[in-house]
Amino acid sequence: MYKAKVIVTLRPSVFDPQGKAVENSLKSIGLSSVLDIRIGKYIEMEIETESYQEAEQVVIEACKKLLSNPVMDDYNFTVQEIQSERSIK
Amino acid sequence: MSTAKVGIIVFPGSNCDADTYHVFNNIIGVDTKFIWHKSATLEDRNIVILPGGFSYGDYLRCGAIAKFSPIMSEIIRFAQKGGIVIGICNGFQVLCETGLLPGALIRNRMLKFICDLVTLKVENNKSIFTSYYEIKEEIKLPIAHGEGNYVCDSDTLSELIGNNQVLFTYTENPNGSTGNIAGLQNVSRNILGLMPHPERASESILGNTDGIRLLRCVAESVI
Repeated sequence: MYKAKVIVTLRPSVFDPQGKAVENSLKSIGLSSVLDIRIGKYIEMEIETESYQEAEQVVIEACKKLLSNPVMDDYNFTVQEIQSERSIK
Repeated sequence: MSTAKVGIIVFPGSNCDADTYHVFNNIIGVDTKFIWHKSATLEDRNIVILPGGFSYGDYLRCGAIAKFSPIMSEIIRFAQKGGIVIGICNGFQVLCETGLLPGALIRNRMLKFICDLVTLKVENNKSIFTSYYEIKEEIKLPIAHGEGNYVCDSDTLSELIGNNQVLFTYTENPNGSTGNIAGLQNVSRNILGLMPHPERASESILGNTDGIRLLRCVAESVI
């Protein structure tokens, strides 16, 4: 069993109005050292495959087909092996 | 006499489906049917409408989950054979997500949901969608969206303009859309996506009939 942590962010060329609004808000409460904020999505997935490589392929397919839109998003992820509930028993 | 057979796709969360049905069926007077998104077939429909709303609650990204509804593979096949498809508002977002139209729709520049009447300019009236308008005519249509900010890269924008794919632009850009784009067609000219709602501007009793010409034009393009 594997656990993937996926982060989807707007591509650098795409303006992020949500990030801008949060940045302005942080400045307004006195955190003037904050220079740039970009907001993305964080997704956790548990995956049951035979190998690490297969788990990685599943994550890539999920990112390409659904979790990100190549027109506006970039994605990156990590995959790590975890104990499945069955093996704990 | 038009032989248009309009199919209005209903996703969980669609909310402009009944308005669009009303305009086609009762105002224009053509054969109109709802098609549930789990249907495997478009039956005998020759015009497909993806209506406005919040399919799947706009979860993940607007239109992202709807693109895998069972009916969508049939719509992609229909569109690739030249079938007429119109995506209005959320329907436009679905068409971009499926790749039937280029680009994507992101959060409005000022972050707010905008519900307003906007002025549009008809940039191209030589299409099955806009031939009942004058070129450069200014019309007013309602918009109601939080994610209507059209984005595409500069090469795509040049292609859209060069191929006369941009049909409607905003005269005063409300949401930050690239190139002021409010509505565009595909290269093959059988698919239209637009953020404004023509179906909400189709009866004089409601104060505005600028939208009916678009829907009537499409219905009458089918002989």
